[in-house]
Amino acid sequence: MAIGLHDSPFKNPVIRWIDRRLPIFTMMQKEYGTFPTPRNFNYFWNFGALAMVNLAIMIATGIVLAMHYTPHVDHAFDSVERIMRDVNYGWLIRYMHMNGASMFFIVVYVHIWRGMYYGSYKEPRELLWILGVVIFILMMATAFMGYVLPWGQMSFWGATVITNLFSAIPFVGDSIVTWLWGGFSVDNPTLARFFSLHYLLPFVIVGVVFLHVAALHITGSNNPLGIEPKGPQDTLPFHPYYTIKDSVGLVVYAIVFAALVFFAPNFLGHPDNYIPANPLVTPAHIVPEWYFLAFYAILRAVPDKLGGVVLMFGAIAVLFVLPWLDRSPVRSMRFRPIAKWAFLLWTVNFVVLTYAGSQPAEGVWVTVARIATAYYFAYFLVILPLLARLERPLPLPESISSAVLRGGGPLPAGAAAKPMEKA
Amino acid sequence: MADTAPSHGTTAEPEGTRRDFLKLTTTAFAAVGGGALAWPFIHQMNPAQDVLALASTDVDLAPIAEGQAITVMWRGKPVFVRHRTAAEIEAARAVPLSELKDPQRDEQRVQRPQWLVMIGVCTHLGCVPLGQKPTDNKGNYNGWFCPCHGSHYDTSGRIRLGPAPSNLPIPPYEFRSDTQIRIG
Ligand code: HEM
Ligand code: FES
Repeated sequence: MAIGLHDSPFKNPVIRWIDRRLPIFTMMQKEYGTFPTPRNFNYFWNFGALAMVNLAIMIATGIVLAMHYTPHVDHAFDSVERIMRDVNYGWLIRYMHMNGASMFFIVVYVHIWRGMYYGSYKEPRELLWILGVVIFILMMATAFMGYVLPWGQMSFWGATVITNLFSAIPFVGDSIVTWLWGGFSVDNPTLARFFSLHYLLPFVIVGVVFLHVAALHITGSNNPLGIEPKGPQDTLPFHPYYTIKDSVGLVVYAIVFAALVFFAPNFLGHPDNYIPANPLVTPAHIVPEWYFLAFYAILRAVPDKLGGVVLMFGAIAVLFVLPWLDRSPVRSMRFRPIAKWAFLLWTVNFVVLTYAGSQPAEGVWVTVARIATAYYFAYFLVILPLLARLERPLPLPESISSAVLRGGGPLPAGAAAKPMEKA
Repeated sequence: MADTAPSHGTTAEPEGTRRDFLKLTTTAFAAVGGGALAWPFIHQMNPAQDVLALASTDVDLAPIAEGQAITVMWRGKPVFVRHRTAAEIEAARAVPLSELKDPQRDEQRVQRPQWLVMIGVCTHLGCVPLGQKPTDNKGNYNGWFCPCHGSHYDTSGRIRLGPAPSNLPIPPYEFRSDTQIRIG
């Protein structure tokens, strides 16, 4: 780019003055105004925007909670109860934060599922996908540490169990756990550092989300057909078409969120977390939050400490290399008659794992968890690599517009044509 | 409502009033919703219920000898409770109202003349004036003196000299018995 004032297209003198020196308005216009977006999005493409809104909600409610919360083992539980009873609207803000975490995982799971079904992880979007997996891992770390903060029984014992995972590492495991704890058990130093990190990580997530979106705006979005737009007839300007579509999704999201917060705020939580932490008594049945259950089931499926931990982390790590495990050039499962069913089965399998993780690790549930774990990995490591060679995909449409505008061909003249020329 | 709209076919960019109406109502609805959602986030910073519940303080007057004063905490602020001497009361009552920056008779500032109860926060910018201890600088009017920017208060706690605009305020209080008051 040449040095010198930017040649701003804006007329408003104030906006223009700023834009010539710092072209943020031009940038917003380009990335969110005229940004050429495939014209055939379905509602699965709402979930990225929803995740962004959800992140903002978590930060807004979290900053409020931090104004009233005390990160000390003697005061943490009481300070959260005080938020619930005494702080003006504290109950609302805490329930928004608590259920906001659940909504966040629902949204992000759908978002990831969308990427897997429509092949969004494939060339040229591998890095975009990898950044997404990084966000997912950061979210899990954030949610885990947040859940420790109210210092209830589940907080304490969840923290104990999860940090002890690291003791499975040969030789240095125990030193690592002591280092994580800052002592010889989960205690005040652990709580204080978890609070500090729980405050920090969401802002790290904001940074990675920025990179994720920057990468997206280089490659452009994928779409339900999984074929690249070939020209203006295949795209629409982001605004107003997708700002409106995202708004519709946002309203539905808000309804679900509000229903949870106002009518079933503790439905997804565990009652034992309303008992203050007691380092001398473990609850009979300890379970993580619902969004971790599938991975928890994988951990428990393996009758070996190190093996279980490796598989559990492996279940997430395998997502990083998904773009290289699935070499099929066809992105969308719509055109992959076998992979489609293998993936839908994988989806059901993930739900089964989640359910198995919620059950006591005994009897039939151990067997179910083992079979489901095997399929989880088989899908990535065996089925996808094989199908890339063996499967015969259905014929792809010639272009997005020919597929979605029956009869194909160029756009009908009229209202929509004008903004599209800009794109 | 929208039947006067120009037909949509005539221009490339339709400007029907029906659409304007929908846009306006939708935006207004979203603005009201956003405002309603903002309120809890603002109100949470106001005093919480437990803070409000702690808003009264009982003071035992029996140990305070004539000529002495104590300072108690009420809502996180110092409250001066002074057992005034007859001379101090007389000095306060002898001042003509015309000499006062914030005219108020001493009788309006006390429930019982010997007990002066007031919030010990300078009405200028919030420092705690000197004058509670016998050794303190009591200022030109033998009451209180704020060292921050030099405000002088008299034996009724009224502002006499310096930048403070008004008298030291009187908190709500009541006598529970001859030797007990409840502030707040
Ligand atoms: C990625 C975004 C975030 C996620 C997924 C998340 C998740 C959680 C979870 C699951 C809890 C436990 C809720 C409970 O059972 O009470 C929690 C608590 C808490 N979080 Fe967050 N959080 C996020 C962002 C933040 C931010 C940005 C802050 C502060 C600036 C924050 C401050 C707190 C505080 C003070 C608590 C303890 C109070 C409570 O338990 O309600 N959180 N968080
Ligand atoms: S604060 Fe007392 S004189 Fe300024």
